[in-house]
Amino acid sequence: MPDPSRTLDRRAALGLGATTLSAAGVLAVLGAATPRNAFAAAASDQDVALLNAAIALEHEGIAAYQLGAESGLLTPDVLKTAVTFQGHHNQHRDELAAAVRRLGGQPVAAKSLGAYAADLGAASLKDQTGVLKLALKLERGAAHAYLGLIPSLTQTDFHVLAARMAGDEAFHAATLGNALGEAIPQKALIFG
Amino acid sequence: MTPSRYASVVFVAALMTCWSAARDAEAAPSAPGAAPPGAAPLPGDNRRGAALYESRCSACHSLDASRIGPSHRGVFGRRAGAVPGFAYTPALARSGLTWTAANLDRWLTAPTSLVKGTAMGFRLSAPQDRADVIAYLASPAVTPRPPSTARRR
Repeated sequence: MPDPSRTLDRRAALGLGATTLSAAGVLAVLGAATPRNAFAAAASDQDVALLNAAIALEHEGIAAYQLGAESGLLTPDVLKTAVTFQGHHNQHRDELAAAVRRLGGQPVAAKSLGAYAADLGAASLKDQTGVLKLALKLERGAAHAYLGLIPSLTQTDFHVLAARMAGDEAFHAATLGNALGEAIPQKALIFG
Repeated sequence: MTPSRYASVVFVAALMTCWSAARDAEAAPSAPGAAPPGAAPLPGDNRRGAALYESRCSACHSLDASRIGPSHRGVFGRRAGAVPGFAYTPALARSGLTWTAANLDRWLTAPTSLVKGTAMGFRLSAPQDRADVIAYLASPAVTPRPPSTARRR
């Protein structure tokens, strides 16, 4: 006759086995929804949204330089600089788009040049100074924007990318400010 | 309920509790300069706020045109995600927020903590800067224009 206490032990052991199996099963079923994976997916989605906003900013910058270049208001030297800066913004857009694709996202598309012209009030630009002032406002704002964006991005690689782009925008702003005869700021920590 | 099934339920509940706690911890504002919960917003200077708006916000925003971000005229007291024609993220569109001084302060402190999934990432870290920008957004310079003077878009 079986020993009742041994039978009970075996049942308990079977119960423990079933518990372990259930726990493993739950983890297997949760799969991609485990906390670590869920957080990683949410972080990636968040970065895609933020990087796409940065792409939209670059699209507008590219369009602004295009509008300036086509305005007929720029001297050859200034036009050459504008085209160079536009090339920088093209490179920014491409870097950001590649980052969005690496995260599984779709880079946001540009609007039409006419839409940007309306948004930026391009019709009111009457001379080179006006074009340079608009470019300076956008470049200065972009430097601030990238610096203000860094703490919201989740991945260190993107912190570095945004900081490098802020550096480029600050360089553009300094060049444009100099062309407009603006005084050098006396206080440090000019951006951010 | 058998002991094994009970143990499974307890395990899953513990797992979900840990997950929820970690998510809540992430959602808490942690940015430097964040106001303590319940703190009254600082008094703001709308003239300084106008200058800050021009330098810090205008890369993406205008009062009367939706660009990288939505237009801001009339933003104070407006429901979030309500500018016609602007492509908001689903996260902001369904946030249920109506813009007040208090939640604009939280928004500008750490937008992705207030609304996860938003495309707005820019943070204004200095509390006085936030107060001044909010004062500007609430000022008559930014209130909606009468229909007869509103710019056509």
